Amino acid sequence: MTPLLEVDDLHVSFATPRGAVRAVQGVSLSLEQGTTLGIVGESGSGKTVLSRAIMGLLPRHSATQTGSVRYQGNEILNAPNDELRQLWGTHIAMVFQDPMTSLNPVLRIGRQITETLRIHLDLTKSEAKETALSLLMQVGIPSPVERFNAYPGQLSGGMRQRVMIAIALACAPNLLMADEPTTGLDVTVQAQILDLLSTLQHERQMAMILVTHDLGVVATRADEIIVMYAGNVVERAPTNVLFTQMSMPYTEALLGSMPRISYPSHTRLLSIDGRPPDLLSPPAGCPFAPRCPYAQGKCHREKPTLVEGAVPGHSYACWFPLPIREKAATS
Amino acid sequence: MGRYIAKRVVLLIIIIFFVSVASFFLVHLLPGNPVDTILGPNATPANTLIVNHELGLDKPLWEQYFIWISHVFQGNLGQSYTTHQTTSNIIGQSFPIDVELIIGSQLLAFAVAFPMAMSASRRPNGLFDQVANSTTFGMLALPPFVIAPVLVLLFAVHWHVFPGPASYVPLTQNLWTNLHAILLPSIVLAMGSIVVYFRLLRNDLIATLQEDFITMARSKGLTDRRIMWRHALRPSSVSLLASAGVTIGSLIAGTFVVELLLQMPGLGYQLIFSVNQDDYTVVQGITLVVAVAIVLINFLFDFLFTVVDPRIARE
Ligand SMILES: Nc1ncnc2c1ncn2[C@@H]1O[C@H](COP(=O)(O)OP(=O)(O)OP(=O)(O)O)[C@@H](O)[C@H]1O
Ligand code: SF4
Ligand SMILES: [Mg+2]
Repeated sequence: MTPLLEVDDLHVSFATPRGAVRAVQGVSLSLEQGTTLGIVGESGSGKTVLSRAIMGLLPRHSATQTGSVRYQGNEILNAPNDELRQLWGTHIAMVFQDPMTSLNPVLRIGRQITETLRIHLDLTKSEAKETALSLLMQVGIPSPVERFNAYPGQLSGGMRQRVMIAIALACAPNLLMADEPTTGLDVTVQAQILDLLSTLQHERQMAMILVTHDLGVVATRADEIIVMYAGNVVERAPTNVLFTQMSMPYTEALLGSMPRISYPSHTRLLSIDGRPPDLLSPPAGCPFAPRCPYAQGKCHREKPTLVEGAVPGHSYACWFPLPIREKAATS
Repeated sequence: MGRYIAKRVVLLIIIIFFVSVASFFLVHLLPGNPVDTILGPNATPANTLIVNHELGLDKPLWEQYFIWISHVFQGNLGQSYTTHQTTSNIIGQSFPIDVELIIGSQLLAFAVAFPMAMSASRRPNGLFDQVANSTTFGMLALPPFVIAPVLVLLFAVHWHVFPGPASYVPLTQNLWTNLHAILLPSIVLAMGSIVVYFRLLRNDLIATLQEDFITMARSKGLTDRRIMWRHALRPSSVSLLASAGVTIGSLIAGTFVVELLLQMPGLGYQLIFSVNQDDYTVVQGITLVVAVAIVLINFLFDFLFTVVDPRIARE
């Protein structure tokens, strides 16, 4: 059976006045119907660019994309907009990262939901309104009838995020791309929204790509996790394997910077020292080398490629992965 | 929304009061004396005193203001010392010309600027955008008082595509002749607005089309056409609307260049004529009407802003 989504060696670069920004450098992944893939990485690691490239939403004039993206076996990378429009909203939908800027500020909430229902599902005005109200209810918006006529500016961030989920789910897509659906929300709202997504996903047998910078978010919700660093996949594994066999120092560092529920909200997280490399001229060796506590000479010279780990489905890009280092330490 | 409007209405009444005071007193600062105009060669000191008394000009200024404003409320704006036409009559004949020129020129400007800006913003720096930009940039260098005589000479005098000077007749008299006469001055006046409206809308559209909510609209599978009309246009038209408000206000009694060229007695034309004659009752009347009209237009645009962008009413 062909997977729902297959991405092969996807590269994305942006033409900028200072040169080409290589935001995604050879990402491959695949996703089955009904499963969840977590994509984790620091800010700027290319998560948003990757998910938009998969959907075909990047601006054509500035973004160059190579490789392959197949949806239900059909190649969609660089497909014409008219073709992609057949998928957008109905097959693949996206929850955007920033609820404050992703809803149209001059249109009422209701309109923004019913619009797709009327166009894609051919519902009448009153049918669409009924469906929209029930969607608003499903995503946990209190008094949906009043919210239906509200403008985005009259709702809190959490409410707007729920509205975006309602919009994305309106036409029952097969694949939901959730790009950090909980950034900027407080911890309880975060958990509510993530649980809501999981519930709806199971009800609808929907596949989901859950993008986040927080390993904790995907720990309990994803079937498989991909760790991204500076446009590269540096480690990937089924979720339980990743947490038991973590091999790449960057993944370890990410885990160290994970927010804990026990912290009062808004405490500054322990972040990883140093900054990610410049995507205009990526270093020759391992992109993480300048910040890696285990880096050695080879790391600065040669770029490690993804290699299979001991457990099937686990791969990592590192010359000195954790298990080997541990062995070296004990012997 | 209701509160926003109520606040504006109170403000409107206060502003109109000040405007009426200003129209009255500023006109009194004008040089020249109406009594001299009325009496002409008969201006002996004794006659001057008599006429001054008849006109109430010997009363204190504030009393004169209250007499004037109470007449205004009864619909009486006085009459001309020279032609003895009532001021309301003069305004009644000339105001429609301004209204027609404003509506005509603005409709034309919108009809050209909107499609142009929408096409240009689809591909910023594309061929169409570059042509449109350089054309409008060139037009910036040609103010109306330069274009107007040239176009009038070419199209009305030489080629007779449009009727020549003094061919304006009121709308009620002959619709076709009226529209024909109004077209050329409307085109002349529209040119300045097209440049400004195109540039404002193009820039705002380009900025809006890069917003997250537009990418979001695309991800919903909407057509480009729908995204442009439903999602991008309204949030991009606020500066255009602001500019249209100012332009329309400035065109009331501000179209005298074309009025003079085409001998169409609009408000501006009448105002200048009356100032030259020291006909200050008429000057006062026209000033008041123009000022009130501008205030009302601003009020209307304040309301339009909230229709176009509901965020404004909440601020
Ligand atoms: N249109 C663009 N032009 C040039 N560079 C871009 C563009 N879009 C993104 N980038 C660059 O690509 C890199 C990856 O950005 P991306 O938004 O995908 O990061 P992210 O992982 O989603 O981070 P965050 O957690 O902050 O959302 C960044 O360095 C960014 O500056
Ligand atoms: S390759 Fe070297 S620098 Fe890169 S993560 Fe592994 S140990 Fe660190
Ligand atoms: Mg992002």
